Amino acid sequence: MAKHKISVTVNGAAREAEVESRLLLVHLIREVFRLTGTHVGCDTSHCGVCTVLLDGQPVKSCTVLAVQADGCSVATVEGLEQGGKLHAVQEAFTEKHALQCGFCTPGMLMTTSALLERNKSPSEQQIREAISGNLCRCTGYLNIVKAVQYAAEKMHG
Amino acid sequence: MDKLRTDAKICGMGHSMKRKEDPRFIRGKGNYVDDIQLPGMLYMDIVRSPYAHARIKKIDTEAALKIPGVLAVIDGPTLEKYKLHWMPTISGDTQMVLPIDEVMYVAQEVCAVIATERYIAADGADAVEVDYEPLPVMMDPLKSIAPGAPVLRKDKKDKKDNIAFHWEAGDRAATDRALAASDVVAEQHVYLPRLHVASMETCGCVADFNSAEGKLTVYMTTQAPHAVRTVFALVAGHVGLSEERIRIVSPDIGGGFGGKVPVYPGYVIAVAATVVIGKPVKWIEDRMENLQADSFARDYHMKVSLGAQKDGTMTALRIKTIADHGYTNASANPMKYPAGLFSICTGSYTLKNAFCEVDAVYTHKPPGGVAYRCSFRVTEAVHAIERVTDVLAQKLGMDPAELRMKNFIQPGQFPYKSALGWEYDSGNYPAALKKAMAIVDYEKLRKEQKERRARGELMGIGVCSFTEIVGAGPSKDFDILGIKMFDSAEIRVHPTGKAIARFGTKSQGQGHETTYAQIVAEELGIPASDVQVEEGDTDTAPYGLGTYASRSTPTSGAAAALAARKIRAKAKTIAAHLLECSEADLDWVPGKFFIKGVPDKFKTIQETAFAAYTNLPQGMEPGMEATHYYDPPNLTFPFGSYICVVDIDRGTGEVKVRRFVAVDDCGNIINPMIVDGQIHGGLAQGIGPALYEEIGYDEEGNVFGGSFLDYYVPTALECPNWETDKTTTPSPHHPFGAKGVGESATVGAPPPLANAVVDALSHLGVTHIDIPITPEKVWQLLKKAGVAE
Amino acid sequence: MIPAPFDYHRAGSLEEAIGLLSRYKADAKLLSGGMSLLPTLKLRLGSFGHLVDISRIASLEYIKEEKGMVRIGAGTRQCTLERSELIRSKYGVLADAVPLIADPLVRNRGTIGGNVANGDPANDEPAIIIALGAELVARGPKGERSIPANRFYKDLFVTDLKADEILVELRIPVPPPRSGSAYRKLKRKTGDFAVAAVAVQLTLDAKGAVERAGIALTNAAPTPIEAVEASKFLAGKTPSEDVIAKASRLAADAGAPSADRRGSVEYKREMARVLAARALRAALERAGGK
Repeated sequence: MAKHKISVTVNGAAREAEVESRLLLVHLIREVFRLTGTHVGCDTSHCGVCTVLLDGQPVKSCTVLAVQADGCSVATVEGLEQGGKLHAVQEAFTEKHALQCGFCTPGMLMTTSALLERNKSPSEQQIREAISGNLCRCTGYLNIVKAVQYAAEKMHG
Repeated sequence: MDKLRTDAKICGMGHSMKRKEDPRFIRGKGNYVDDIQLPGMLYMDIVRSPYAHARIKKIDTEAALKIPGVLAVIDGPTLEKYKLHWMPTISGDTQMVLPIDEVMYVAQEVCAVIATERYIAADGADAVEVDYEPLPVMMDPLKSIAPGAPVLRKDKKDKKDNIAFHWEAGDRAATDRALAASDVVAEQHVYLPRLHVASMETCGCVADFNSAEGKLTVYMTTQAPHAVRTVFALVAGHVGLSEERIRIVSPDIGGGFGGKVPVYPGYVIAVAATVVIGKPVKWIEDRMENLQADSFARDYHMKVSLGAQKDGTMTALRIKTIADHGYTNASANPMKYPAGLFSICTGSYTLKNAFCEVDAVYTHKPPGGVAYRCSFRVTEAVHAIERVTDVLAQKLGMDPAELRMKNFIQPGQFPYKSALGWEYDSGNYPAALKKAMAIVDYEKLRKEQKERRARGELMGIGVCSFTEIVGAGPSKDFDILGIKMFDSAEIRVHPTGKAIARFGTKSQGQGHETTYAQIVAEELGIPASDVQVEEGDTDTAPYGLGTYASRSTPTSGAAAALAARKIRAKAKTIAAHLLECSEADLDWVPGKFFIKGVPDKFKTIQETAFAAYTNLPQGMEPGMEATHYYDPPNLTFPFGSYICVVDIDRGTGEVKVRRFVAVDDCGNIINPMIVDGQIHGGLAQGIGPALYEEIGYDEEGNVFGGSFLDYYVPTALECPNWETDKTTTPSPHHPFGAKGVGESATVGAPPPLANAVVDALSHLGVTHIDIPITPEKVWQLLKKAGVAE
Repeated sequence: MIPAPFDYHRAGSLEEAIGLLSRYKADAKLLSGGMSLLPTLKLRLGSFGHLVDISRIASLEYIKEEKGMVRIGAGTRQCTLERSELIRSKYGVLADAVPLIADPLVRNRGTIGGNVANGDPANDEPAIIIALGAELVARGPKGERSIPANRFYKDLFVTDLKADEILVELRIPVPPPRSGSAYRKLKRKTGDFAVAAVAVQLTLDAKGAVERAGIALTNAAPTPIEAVEASKFLAGKTPSEDVIAKASRLAADAGAPSADRRGSVEYKREMARVLAARALRAALERAGGK
C-alpha cells in the first residue's frame, strides 16, 4: 500500500509526514506529532475525547483520516495557550471546576472554544447541545456549562 | 466546622481552592498510560472469544506471524509453562489469564499478539484464526443455581454446583417471625442489571522489564498500585519477580470508578511478554473490550420484604439475593464481606429485625461485580431498601416522605447499632430530608401533581433518604487478600518551609493533589500551594490500599492529619527552643506558635522547619517529617436525601427529569467545590443507570451494550441542572470529622428516579419498575392501564 | 479500532472520481463525510481496497433555489444545512431533523449525500427526501440521471446507484403556499438512531383540505418506507383529529420494524403512529391549518 506525503498546519506550525492511507488523524496527532493532549476513548465515534479543530470546525479526529487533513489546519488543545496566556475557556474550566480526571477535557475545550467563536453568548441549552458529542463521566456536565458561560462573559462581556 | 480557620493564603479546610492538578490537564499535558512511549516499545493486541462457552480446538497463528512486524503470539499453553495461565482473584477465587482449552465468556482473552506497531498488532490479531467448538451456555443465574444444573467450573475438583459463595447476616428466624407478625408486608422483586463504569479512559499498561537490573516497572491504570505490586510478587514470584524489584506506577488516570481495581488478564500477559522478550510492551484496550470484558457492576436479583405495623412503623427487613458473578468471582471485596457492604440495607431506618443473604452464582459471563461507584454493593442495598420503602408507602396509602420521617434513626440515637451489625457513627436524617423538601417545596409539588393528574398528565415526585457506608476499613474486619485496609500519609517539610506529601491512595480525578494539600495546610498552616502531593508510584509512596469505595478521605485523609500533627508536635518543641520558653507557654494559630499573651513573640512553621535542619534543640533528631499508617476505628456513614421530579410523555413513555435536588451530608468538608463536583458526577452516574445504561445477554450469550452504540452514556442533554445543598454532621471518630462523599450520589440517585416514575403512575396501579427505565417499559405499563396518546 | 489497509485516492473532480469507481468497481468506496464509512472500516465490518475521497470537490457543496426547486449539492455538510436560513424557512422537516442527526461534531463532517446514499434506513434524511417528493441526481460514466427519492431505496444498504455512479445533487420542490413539513423522532439518547421517526410534508388547498401529503418512516424496515396508503387517505380531506388519527395508523402500518434493543415490534409500530400524528399536527400548523 502506497504512503502519502501530507502537509498539515498544526497549531499554526507547518508540519509534514509520510503516512499510510489508513492512519487516523488522532494517531497522526498523538503518535507522529507527539501531541498527546488529544485522546482516544472509544471505537465507535461516540465519545468525543479526540475532538480537534479541523479548519476551525470541531471534529472527531478518530473518524478522519490523516490524509484527509492534508493541506488543512489542525488545532489541538496544546495550541490554545498563546504566548503564555491561557485561552478564556481554559481559565474558565479551572475557575468553575469543569474537569476532574481531565481525559475529556481537551475535547471539551476544543468544542467550547469553537462554540464561543461562533456564538458570543450561548444559552445554557445551546451550550449543552454544542457539547452533546463530548462525553464526560466525572463532572455531570453542570460545571462545564457554567465554565462556558463564564468564558463567554470574559471574552465578550 | 462552620467557620474557616485559615485564610485564603493558607487555604486549609473549607476553602474552594482551585485545583492544583488542573494546569496540566487544561493544557493537554496530562500523563496517561497511552501517552507513555519508551524506546523499543512493542504493542499488544488481544484476540477474544466470540462465544460465551466454547472449546478451543485450534489457534492458527501462521497468517498472523507472517505479517511483518508481528513478533509473537502468546497463548495459554505458553503461559502454562510459567504457571501463569491461571491467577488468583482479589476475592480468593481463580481466573484464567489465557485459556488452555475452554473459554467461558464472550470477549474472553484467547491469545495476545505482540508487534512492533499498534496498527500491525491489530492486523495480527485480525489474522489469528481460532477454531472453536461452541458448547452449551448458561446465561441465566436462576437456572445456574437450580439443582442439577451443569457444573460450570470443571476446573474446581469436587465442585458439584455453580455457587461461588453463600453469605448472610442478621437473624433469619427472628426476622421471619417479625415479618409474619407484621400488619403489612411489602414484597418486591428488584433487579439491578449489569452496568459498566465506562470511564473515558479505558484500561491499559506499559510493562517494562529491565533484564539488566531484573526490575519490572508497570505503568498501569490502577486504583490500587501497592496491592497490585504485592499480588504480582505473590503470583509471579516463582518466575523471579521479587517485590522490591517490582515498581507499579499509576500515572494520571482518566476515571476509575472501581473499574480500574481488578488485575485484568491483559496486564498479566503484558508483564509476561516483557519479561520474556525484554522490551517494553504496551497494551491499551479499546472501548468494546473494556465494556465487554472488564469488571462489570451490579447484576443483583433481590427479593425484598419489608414489614410494618399499620401506622407505618417498620418492623423487619429480609432480602434474598442471587448475585450473577460471571464465570468466576473476581469482585474486589474485602475478604470478610464477599457481598460487600450489602448489609447496610437496613438504611436510614430503625429496623429491629433484619436478615439478608446473598448466593453468588457462576454463569458464562465476564467476572466482576464491584465497580461503578457502588461503595462495595451499597448501590444495590440502598436501591433495595429505598424502593421497597416506597412500595410500603403505596401499600399503606402514606406519603413516602412521611413514612421515611416516621422511621428515621433519630439524631439522639447515634452511634447507632443496626440490626445487621454496623455502628453508624453520626447522622441527622430528618434535617436532610426536611431541607430537600423545603428546596423543592414538596407540598406545592404534591398539589401540582394532583392538578396535573386530574388533567391526565403524568408527573411524579421521587424521594430517597440513603445512608452510605465508606472508609474501609478497620483492621479487625477489613482486609483484601489478607492485607489490612489501613492507609497512609508521609509528609516531609523542607528547610524553606515547603512540603511534599505522599499517600497510599490514588486519585483518578477526585482532586487529591488539592484536598490533601488543604488538609496539611489546615494542620500545619503551610499554604496548600506550597504542599506538593504525590500518589501512585510504589517505589516512593507509603503502602496503601488505594482509592475506591470513597475511602481516601476517611483513611489517607485521616493519616495526613495525624502525620501533620506529629510534625506540629515536633515544630512546637523547636519553636519553644527558638523562643527560649517552655512548650506550655505556647499557643498555636495555623502557621505559627506564639507565646501566650504576647502575640508579637512568635515563630512561623516555616521558621521551625528551617531550624529543623539548622538549629535544633540538643539531642533532637534533625529533619521534619512524619509518616502515619491509619487504621480507622470504624467506617463512616455519609447520608443524604434526594428528591426528583419527573414528567412522563404519555404517548412515548419518555421520562423527562424536571428537577433533581440532592442534599448531602459528608461531615466536615475539605473543599466544597470539589465535593459538589463529586456529587454532580455521581448524579450523572445515577441517572445513567436509572434511565439509560445496561449490559445484557441473550440466551446464546450474545451481548448488547457492548459498545457506545448501545451502551447509553448520558450526554449533557440527558442531564438536568443538578441542585445541591448540604447539611453537616461530622464523624465523631475521624480526625477532622470528615466522611467521604465520592459515591454518595451514585448510591442515592437511581432510587428517587425509580420512585418518581412509579409515583407518576401509581394512580394507574403501578407499584414497581426496574431500571433502566426505558420509554418502552413505561409505555408497556401505560398500555396495561389503558393509557395512550 | 484500526482499519485494515486500503489505498486512498483524493478525487479532484467528479470525472476523476467516476473514473476511479469504474476502475476499481466493488472494491472501491466513496468517502464523503466519512461518518458512516470510517466507523465501519475501523470495526472491520466491511473492507475495501480503495477509498475515493470526494469531500474536497467544492462543486458538490451548495444550497440554491432556482426554477421552483431547492438544489442541494450532495457534498453539503449537515452543519451547513443546520445553519441555512433557506432550509429553515422552507423545510420545517429538515430544520427539525438535522439537529437530531448524531451529534454536532459528526454534523461538522457528515454530508447529506452520505446520509442519503448509504442505504441505511436508520439515517434520517432518506425518509425526509421521500416525504418531500425529492429527486436524486446521479452522475456516472454515461452522464446524469434523475431518480425519484421513493424509487431510490431497494434493500438494506442497497440503493439504485450503480457501482460507478455518484450522487451529486438533491432536488427538492419548493413547497407551494399553505405548506408545512415536520419531523418527529424518538431516540434513546442524543446521538442514537431512531427508535422510530416520521417525516411529513403537507400542502393544503384554499379550503384547508389536503392537496398533497408526503409521509415516510425512518428505521421501520430495511429501507425507508413511504406511507402511501396514509398519503392517499389524506388527499382531499380536512385534517381533523380523527383524520389525523386514522392517517397515523395507516402510516405506522406501512412499516415492518424488527425488534431490537431500541424496542419491540409492537412498541416501534405504536411509536410510529404517535410520531406520525405529532408530525402531522406540526406540519398542519406550519401550513397554516388549524
